[in-house]
Amino acid sequence: MRHSTFFWFFLPTALAMLLFIAFPIVSVVMQSVFAPHPAVLVEVETCTPLSGCQRETTIDQEATRALREAEPLGRFVGLDIFTDRGHLATSEIKAIWANSSTWNEVFQRLGNLPFYRAMMFTLVFTFIVTPFVILLGLLIALTVNALNARLKGLVIFFSLLPFVITPLIGALVLFWMIDSRGVLGSSIQWIFSDPNLSLKASTGLMWFSLILYGVWHAAPFAFVIFYAGLQTLPKDQIEAAQIDGATRLQQVRYVVVPHLMPLVTFVALIQLMDNFRVFEPIVGFNAAAHAQSLSWFIFNDLGGETRQLSSASASSVLTIIGVAILLSPVLVRTWRDFKGKA
Amino acid sequence: MFLKKVALVSALAVLSGTAVSACEISARVSVVGNEFPAIQTVGAEAKACSGAEVSTNLTKDHQSINVPGMQGNPAEYTSAIIANSSIVALMNEDVIRPLDDLVAKHGANLQSSQLIKIGGKVMAVAFMANAQHLMYRKDILDQIGVEPPKTYEDMIAAAKMIRDQGIMQNPIGGAYASGWNLAQEFNNMFLGYGGSHFKDGSAAPNVNSDAGVKALNMMKELSAYMNPDFLTHDSNATNAEYRAGNIALLNMWGSRAASQTTTDGVTDAVKNGHAIAGPMTVGGGSIPASTLWWDGWTVAKNISDEEAEATFVAMSNGIRPELMGNETIRTQAVWLIDGYTPTDAAIGVFEAAKMGTIPYPMLPYMGLMHSALGNELSDFMQGKESAEQALADVEAAYIAAAKEKGFLN
Repeated sequence: MRHSTFFWFFLPTALAMLLFIAFPIVSVVMQSVFAPHPAVLVEVETCTPLSGCQRETTIDQEATRALREAEPLGRFVGLDIFTDRGHLATSEIKAIWANSSTWNEVFQRLGNLPFYRAMMFTLVFTFIVTPFVILLGLLIALTVNALNARLKGLVIFFSLLPFVITPLIGALVLFWMIDSRGVLGSSIQWIFSDPNLSLKASTGLMWFSLILYGVWHAAPFAFVIFYAGLQTLPKDQIEAAQIDGATRLQQVRYVVVPHLMPLVTFVALIQLMDNFRVFEPIVGFNAAAHAQSLSWFIFNDLGGETRQLSSASASSVLTIIGVAILLSPVLVRTWRDFKGKA
Repeated sequence: MFLKKVALVSALAVLSGTAVSACEISARVSVVGNEFPAIQTVGAEAKACSGAEVSTNLTKDHQSINVPGMQGNPAEYTSAIIANSSIVALMNEDVIRPLDDLVAKHGANLQSSQLIKIGGKVMAVAFMANAQHLMYRKDILDQIGVEPPKTYEDMIAAAKMIRDQGIMQNPIGGAYASGWNLAQEFNNMFLGYGGSHFKDGSAAPNVNSDAGVKALNMMKELSAYMNPDFLTHDSNATNAEYRAGNIALLNMWGSRAASQTTTDGVTDAVKNGHAIAGPMTVGGGSIPASTLWWDGWTVAKNISDEEAEATFVAMSNGIRPELMGNETIRTQAVWLIDGYTPTDAAIGVFEAAKMGTIPYPMLPYMGLMHSALGNELSDFMQGKESAEQALADVEAAYIAAAKEKGFLN
């Protein structure tokens, strides 16, 4: 293709990418290194119903406006927000490193810092859910592919349901089922005959529920991709393997899986990215007491009575960096393959 | 034709109850606010004005949209309905205007106690009061033979008797959901023990104190008598437990008192046994372990004076004294409006005011403290760390946020 042709074909995409991907990234980076001006506080008399008047502190609007107009971006804080306790907590980490005697203590105290606690959950969630989604998706795809044509449509429809349901609604359905008065919650209490047993009150069981939800929700996505891949599987290769006397397991191991490998990479890529941004189940399960993620931090910073834009922006930048690190092995491999072909 | 028009106009007037004081406005009015019944009424009555369009956006998520919706020029919303916690965000961002001139011109129906004055300027008009207080099952307390508790210590003693006699396994309810609710319960208990959130006259935190530790220990003790899922129970879930007859004692919002037994699916035992009382004290203190709240409306700064005037007139129409003659509206809230006579459901809030309950602090940095409390206290409630450690975490999280927002250096 001529370079000028390529340029004109690519221009709309490039503009869209600039507008929807590059500018927002520049914007969050800017917002994460600037913070609001120091507040100018004054004490004034405040009168409210039923309780009368008292002296209370408020913001001096005139003075604050002057500050804002002088420097509309706010005050430059560099990486201060990134290193504060809500994010990378560098000074806290140094203190932990300096005066902890055992590894156990280090982990205990790391778990007390929001960012590291969230990373522990996010990484466990990502690295358990992703392989299980791929395995379960493959299993369903192979099963459905072996069914006769009449049953197929119906089974495909039902297998897709978890993926069709809005994530938040799906999470809420499961949340109510595991409630101590819900059908699953009370069954578990009955089985273990312990009226105080609660899935929601134990961090371990809550993580288990969230992971279960993650697999349940995303498995159909992997299934659809793999099922489509199975349709392109050459019949003659399978037949050749059968003539060679390969068992069904061997056929899958040596013919089907290698054929689907590029799709496995694709699903892994998307799932790593999605699971690292885990958010809906934490909100749906009301699980913030047990499990948090970077996305949840952003939601929490913006949802409070006082919005913390700089802190939310810093969490966004950290999410981008995190996703880049997670995807780097896959991206490096793709790049090498590309170089190899060229 | 003429007759038809007259009939239509008078029918509309009767429907909206504006037969006497027709409300005429000449510029757009746009309201954002919470969605509970009393606010729905105010919104609907503001909409009854004619002459220009009045639109309302009443939603649970009002807090996350009111500031952005008022920061533009001209602002999308000409009025935000807020409470004493949420007016702070609007004040911090300087998006609401002083109302003194409009009160002088159109505020004949307002009582002086309704005017929220900050630094001598009227910044909001309050229309209802709210507080958390005791709700209980009279029949159950009669069964174990105790009076309704006046202190949290009595509440625990009563709960122990109810459990020991096999009436209920977990008789205490509480909105202890991790986040805003849990932080609010801490605020109640902390103020009840005589604590104050900040060091005098500064933004420096002061929760890691004797009162803070005592408050947390009391909350832990109460939680032993709650449904084991308590860290996921907000006000709605707690009320559902109460209406289903699973709990007998709870500290609940006054604004929920009227609808406690009128919702679908309430058992007869709960309907007949439901009773309310004032807030409880704790640790021998005389100030209730609760906070006093008001709800009111504001007028945006970044709008034309005509729009501001229209907004003031329409919102005043939403809280006019004649509405207090309507029985349904009267029971919806503890109104601060002239001509309101308290209903039975209002006893708790009035008792709270009489007992000297402290108003929820209207400080620019209180929202950050509330968020920090909401995030850091659940570890303690689960028994994963000590009260001192949890409160140290709260202060550290608050200091990081306050530094970012420029309240601390």
